[in-house]
Amino acid sequence: MATQDPAQGDTVLRLSGITKRFGALTANDGISFALARGEVVALLGENGAGKTTLMNILFGHYTADEGSVEVFGQPLPPGQPGAALAAGVGMVHQHFTLADNMTVLENILLGTEPLWRPRLGRPAARRRVRALARDFGLAVRPDARVGTLSVGERQRVEILKALYRDARILILDEPTAVLTPQEAEALFLTLRKMVAQGLSVIFISHKLHEVMAIASRVLVLRHGRLVGETATATTTRHALATMMVGAEIAAPAAAKARPGNVLLRLEGVSTAPQGSRPGLRDVDLSLRAGQILGLAGVSGNGQGALADLLSGLETPVSGELRIAGKAPAAWSPREALAARIGRIPEDRHRTGTIADFSLTENAVLESYAHAPASRRGWMDWRAARRDAEAIIAKYDVRCPGPETRIRLLSGGNMQKLILGRVLEAAPRIILANQPVRGLDIGAVTYVQKQLIAARDGGAAVLLISEDLDEILTLSDVIRVISDGRLSLEFARGEKTPAELGQWMAGQGFDHAA
Amino acid sequence: MRLEPIPAPGPARTLGLPALAIAATVAVAALLAALAGANPLQTFGLIVKGAAGSRFAMLETLNRATPLIFTGLAVAVAFRAKLWNIGAEAQLYAGALVTVVIGTQLGLPGPLAIPLMALGAILAGALMLLGPVLLKTRLGVDEVVTTLLLNFIMALFISWLLEGPLKDPMGMGWPKSPALPRDARLPRIVEGLRLHWGFAMALICAAGVWLIQTRTTLGYEIRAVGQNPQAARFAGIPVGRVLVKTALLSGGLAALAGFSEVAGLKGNLTSDLSPGFGYTGIVVAMLALLHPLGVVVSALFVAGIFVGADSMSRAAEVPTYIADILLAAALLFMVLAILLTRFRLVRG
Amino acid sequence: MTEILDILISASFWAAVLRIASPLIFATMGELICERAGVLNLGIEGIMVIGAFAGWMTVYAGGGLWTGVAVAMLAGMAFGALHGLLTVPFGLSQHVVGLGITMLATSSAYYAYRLALPEVTNPPRIAPFQPLDIPGLSDLPWIGQALFSQTALTWAAFACVAVVTFVLFRTPLGLALRAAGENPHAVEAQGLSVGAIRMGAVIVGSGLMAVGGAFLTMSAFSSFFFEMVNGRGWICIALVVFGAWKPGKALLGALLFAGFDALQVRLQQTGMGQIVPYQVFLMIPYLLSILALVLMSRRAEVPAALMTPFNRGER
Repeated sequence: MATQDPAQGDTVLRLSGITKRFGALTANDGISFALARGEVVALLGENGAGKTTLMNILFGHYTADEGSVEVFGQPLPPGQPGAALAAGVGMVHQHFTLADNMTVLENILLGTEPLWRPRLGRPAARRRVRALARDFGLAVRPDARVGTLSVGERQRVEILKALYRDARILILDEPTAVLTPQEAEALFLTLRKMVAQGLSVIFISHKLHEVMAIASRVLVLRHGRLVGETATATTTRHALATMMVGAEIAAPAAAKARPGNVLLRLEGVSTAPQGSRPGLRDVDLSLRAGQILGLAGVSGNGQGALADLLSGLETPVSGELRIAGKAPAAWSPREALAARIGRIPEDRHRTGTIADFSLTENAVLESYAHAPASRRGWMDWRAARRDAEAIIAKYDVRCPGPETRIRLLSGGNMQKLILGRVLEAAPRIILANQPVRGLDIGAVTYVQKQLIAARDGGAAVLLISEDLDEILTLSDVIRVISDGRLSLEFARGEKTPAELGQWMAGQGFDHAA
Repeated sequence: MRLEPIPAPGPARTLGLPALAIAATVAVAALLAALAGANPLQTFGLIVKGAAGSRFAMLETLNRATPLIFTGLAVAVAFRAKLWNIGAEAQLYAGALVTVVIGTQLGLPGPLAIPLMALGAILAGALMLLGPVLLKTRLGVDEVVTTLLLNFIMALFISWLLEGPLKDPMGMGWPKSPALPRDARLPRIVEGLRLHWGFAMALICAAGVWLIQTRTTLGYEIRAVGQNPQAARFAGIPVGRVLVKTALLSGGLAALAGFSEVAGLKGNLTSDLSPGFGYTGIVVAMLALLHPLGVVVSALFVAGIFVGADSMSRAAEVPTYIADILLAAALLFMVLAILLTRFRLVRG
Repeated sequence: MTEILDILISASFWAAVLRIASPLIFATMGELICERAGVLNLGIEGIMVIGAFAGWMTVYAGGGLWTGVAVAMLAGMAFGALHGLLTVPFGLSQHVVGLGITMLATSSAYYAYRLALPEVTNPPRIAPFQPLDIPGLSDLPWIGQALFSQTALTWAAFACVAVVTFVLFRTPLGLALRAAGENPHAVEAQGLSVGAIRMGAVIVGSGLMAVGGAFLTMSAFSSFFFEMVNGRGWICIALVVFGAWKPGKALLGALLFAGFDALQVRLQQTGMGQIVPYQVFLMIPYLLSILALVLMSRRAEVPAALMTPFNRGER
C-alpha cells in the first residue's frame, strides 16, 4: 500500500519494494516507506511480523531478494553493515552486540578507524564519548568493562556507538523490552533530544502505549506485509491493536484464583553470583497451589538464578528450599523433576530442546530414564513415539510427524511440545520462564491459557517475565526482583505499573526489609 | 558470505557431493603420483592390487583393518559425545602393555589368560582416558591437548619399560618384551589362514556399539550430551557421569586394538607396535560419519590404502606417505562435502 | 642439588634456554593470534613440520637462509589458508579440521622429503643461522655467552612478541581481531567483516607457526628428520592457555618451559642421569604442559567466542 510521502527535500531514507524470503516463508513482502528528517516512526507488529528482518536488511545484515534502499538520495549497497554505517545509519540491536570482556571505549571505537592505522586514538575518543554522553544524557564510564554494566547502561553504550559515528538515522529494535518504565522514560528523553538535533529514528515495538508515546507516525506490519500507516495523533490504541493482529484480541480471561497450600517455600535463600549475573540474596518465597505468582524485573537481576535454583541446576549457598514442607536431601534437575516441578526454560532452542533430535527424542528428554520410554537401560522407542504422538495431538503441535527434527519447527510449535512435555508429567509446581517470548499472538494466547488451566487444576505457577504487561495480565500475586532481592508480595491491581517500575529499579527495598 | 540451510536436499546433493569428495581425493593422489614421475593409473592399479589383488593381500588388509576398527570405534563413540579423545594411541599401548604383562608374567593357562588379558587391557585403556575426562568435567581442562600429550608420555613410558623391566633377556639387546606363550595367543579363525579372532572381536564390538548407541538409554544420553550439553543437563541427564561412561567405553575399545595386535598378530610388545593406529582411527571414524557399522567399512578402506600403498611403493618410485596424504585429504574433503549436503554458501 | 646449582650458573644453560624457547615463542604467538580471533588452530603441529621442511629444503636447494624463512612462512600460510577456509566461511569443526591439517601438512612434508631425497639414509646438513655478534655485549664475560650469542631468528622471536603485543592492544586492527574472538556480532554490527579478520588471523598465525618449525631446522639443528617437531605444537597450545591469551605471559611460559627442558637435558649428564632413566627426563615437557593446563584451568580469560563459528544473519 502507498504511504504518506514526506516533503521531497526532507526525505532521509526510502525503502522501495523490499521482499525477503527464507525458504518457503516470505518474511517481508514488497515493503515501501520513507522517513523524514527529525521524525520518529514506529514499526509496529507482533512477533514474527517481519520488523527485525526489514531493519536487518536496511542495516545490511541481510540482502533483500527484491527492492532497494536509498539513504539521503543515494542508493545503499546491499548486504554491508559498513556501507549503512558510512551512510549514517545506526542500529541498536535487540540482542546487544557488545564484547563483554572489553571496555566501553573499545566497543565504541571498534571499526571506527582504518584498520591499518598504527595507533588507536584512545584519548581523543574518550573526550568525544564523554561529550556525547553529556549532550544526550547517556551516562556511562568509558573505561568500564561492558560485562560489569547493567542492561540499561549497555543500551546507552549501543546508542553511543551510533552517535559516535555521526548516525543521522537510528534504528532501535525493541529497545524498551529490557528497561524499567522509568528507564524507558529516560530513553524517550534521549530520543527527543536526538530528534531535536535533526536525527531520525525508527522505533521497533509491539507495545502500543510506547508507540503512542514516542512516535509521530506508525507503520504496522503483519505477516511480512505493510498493512497500515497512520499518524499517532489521529489514531487510538485499540485501532492500532486491531490493525496489528488483524482481528480483535481476546486476552485470556481467568476465573478468580483459589489459592491452596504452600507447595514450595524458600527461606532466606542465597545463591552464588555467576560472572556478571547476580545470585539470589536472602530470598523468601512461597508458591501456593492454584495461584500464579508473577515475578517482574529487569533482565539480569537474579531471575536466572531463581530459575536455575528451581530447575535443580543450582543449590543454595545458604537458606533452605522446602517442597511440600520437606527439604530435599539432594538437589539436581532429576530431583526437581522427581519433586514434580515442571520447567519451561527461558531459551527453548538452547535449553529446552535438542535441535537435531526428533520430536520423539525431545518429547522423552525428561522421562527417558524410566518406563514407559525405557526399561532396564533399554529404550522402548515405540512407547516413546506414542508419548510424542499424544503430545502432538493434544497440544496441536504442527509438524510433519514425530520423526521430524525439531529444528524445523517454528518457535510456537517448539514451545507447544515443551509445554506438552511439562504438563503431561502432571506437575505440582510449574516454573514458566519467559514462556511466550518471541511467539506470535496465537501461540501466546494458547500458552497462557494452558498455564491458567494448570493453575485451575491446582498447580502452583511461578511466571517469570521481563514484560510487565504480561505479568499484570496473568498473575494472581506479583513480586518484583531487583539485584537478587525480592520485593513484598502485591495483590493483583495493588500497584500501578509505575510503582512496580520503581521497585524494578531497586527502590523501596531498603526500608521494606 | 554466509551458510544457508537447504530445506530438502535431493539425492543429487546427498550422494553426489560425497562422490565428488572421493573424486577430489583421487585427483589429489593422481597429482602426487605424477609429481613422483609415476603414471597415476598404474599407481592406482598397484595400490588396488596390493590391497586386494590376492588372497594374501586381502588377508593382510583384514589384519591391518582390525586395530583400525577398534580405534575407529573408540573415536566414534567419544566424538558422538563431543568428547575429543585424540589419545587412542596411548590407550592402545596401555592395552598392549597390560596384555603382555598378564600374558608373560602370571604364567596362567591360555584359556584363563586370554580373557584376563582382554579385560585387563580394557581396564587399562579406560583408565588412560579417565584422567583427562575428570580434568575436563571437574576443572574444565581441554581434553584435546591432555590426550595428545599423554600419547607422548605413554610412548616414553613404553620405551623405558622395553629397555628396562620388561626387556626380553633373549632379545639380543633389542628393546622388546618377551613373547606371549603359544597358548596365550588368539587362535586363527580358519586354520591355515593368517587371520586371527581379533578381527571377529572387532566386528562384534562394532555391532555392540551400534546397539548401545541406538537402543540403550546410555546411547541416548551420549547423543544428547554431544548435541547439546546444556539442554541435556537441564533435562536431568548427568552430563559428567555420561562423559565418564563414554570415556571408559572409548578407552576400552582403543585398548582392545593393542590387545588384539599383541595377542593376535605380533606376540610381543615393541615401541613400534602401532604405526599411528590411534591417529588413523580419527580418519576412520570421521569417514564413517561416526556410525559404528560404517567404521568397519571405512577401516577396511583405510587399511586397504595403507597395505596397497606399501606394496605399490616397492614397485614404483612413489613414497608410501602418499597414503597418509590421501587419507588426510579424504577426511577434509568428506567433512566439507557432508556440510554442503545440508548448507550452501551464498553471498551477502 | 649442587648439580642443579652448577647448571643454573653456567652461561651455556641460559643460552640454551633462549634457543629452546625460540621456536615455541614463534608458534605460541601464532596460535595466540588465531585463538584471539576465535579460531583454535590444531593444525599447529603439522604446520611446524611443513615449516621445518620448507625452510630447510629451500636452503638445501641453494636458497639463502632468509629466503628459507620466507618460504617456510608462505608454506605455513598456505595451510593456514586451507584451515581458515574450512573453519571460517564453512564453519566446520575446528577440532576435526585442525587434526586433518596436521595430518595433511605432516604427510606432505614427509612425501616431499622422500621425493627430493629418495636414497638418503643420513639426513644432509645445511649451514644454519650463526650467532649474531653484538659488539660490546657479546664480549661481556658470562652475560655475553648467556644472553648475547644467539642467532638472528632468536632475536626475531622476541621482537615478534613485542609486535604482537603492540598490534593486539594498541592498534585498530588488534582491537578488531580481539573483538572477533570475544563477540563476532559486535564486529559485524560495526561494519567489519568477521570472516576476513578471522581468515587473516589464521593465515598470519600459521605463518608464524611455520617459522617456529623452520627455527628447528635452520637455527637449532641443521637437518630435517622425521618426528623432529615431536609434540612442540601441542605444547604451544598449552602455553597459550598458561599465558592466559596474553603475549607477555605466554613468553614467560615459553621461557620457563625451555628452562625446564634445558635443565633436564643437563641433568641427564649428571649423577641423577645414572639413576633415573632418560625417558623420565624426556617426559618432563609433556607433564609440565598438562600441569600448566590444570593450574590455569580456573582462570576464565578464554576468548568468549573461541571455537564458535560465525554465520552472518544467524543468532
